[in-house]
Amino acid sequence: MALDQSFVGRSYPPTAPYEVGREKIREFAEAIGDTNPVYTDPEAARALGHPDVIAPPTFVFAITFKAAGAQVVEDPALGLDYSRVVHGDQQFAYTRPVRAGDRLRVTSTIDSIKSLAGNDVLSVRGEVHDEAGEHVVTSFTTLVARAAEAEESR
Amino acid sequence: MTATVRYQDVEVGTEVPVREFRVDRAGLVRYAGASGDFNPIHWNEKFAKDVGLPDVIAHGMFTMAEAARVVTDWTGDPGALVEYGVRFTKPVVVPNDDKGAVIEIGAKVAAKLDDEARTVRLDITATSGGKKVLGRARAVVRLA
Repeated sequence: MALDQSFVGRSYPPTAPYEVGREKIREFAEAIGDTNPVYTDPEAARALGHPDVIAPPTFVFAITFKAAGAQVVEDPALGLDYSRVVHGDQQFAYTRPVRAGDRLRVTSTIDSIKSLAGNDVLSVRGEVHDEAGEHVVTSFTTLVARAAEAEESR
Repeated sequence: MTATVRYQDVEVGTEVPVREFRVDRAGLVRYAGASGDFNPIHWNEKFAKDVGLPDVIAHGMFTMAEAARVVTDWTGDPGALVEYGVRFTKPVVVPNDDKGAVIEIGAKVAAKLDDEARTVRLDITATSGGKKVLGRARAVVRLA
């Protein structure tokens, strides 16, 4: 069933702050096998001009997707069937890297809703700001909810 | 932000060599924990097959993270990344054996965007099992 177009442009309230911890960054860097010391060693990070260890570029997705999941994907009024959702496209626009000590809030907005070949295509923008209100990164996530008919006719 | 590659030293066509990244089931479980993405299609074979997938597949964001490594290892400072985007075109299927799957990732300079900001666009290629797993994979980086 097509999603309600009137949701396009809808913004959700900023999330409670997510505090970025050094050890969480380390855990993430290890999980992706990235040994760059800028993620684990504050000295190495400072040598590159960062005030503390920074997070790998895709780390922030965990934060923006959690925000989108809790607010948009599970918005009962929107009616997205999450069991059919796949990640179609992902983009980031950075003002600066996420770093340890950041307290980040996400403001999610529905940028577009399309129907392509019976699939619902939902684009959500997550703007991430630090505690001072400065922009850190914006995440653009496109989710595709596969058509139920296609599933059943297989 | 101190990239080690200098803008003046790169040209359109400058290549970042292809690297291989291996991913196995244990790696997916580890990534699930670190990222908080516990979708069972990434660790539960029965569930994956029930929803029509050939087998357990890697998190798209895992592949995106590996592709980012190719870029950030090249620039030296991950903070040099200005924009980064991919399309997930095909899943990386991860068999339940001692080998897992291999993702081959390379990049090349596709455009020098701004002489003053010293930004270039890298186009990234990522394949697994001979199939292109990322589409329109692009990064904009600010060089030294």
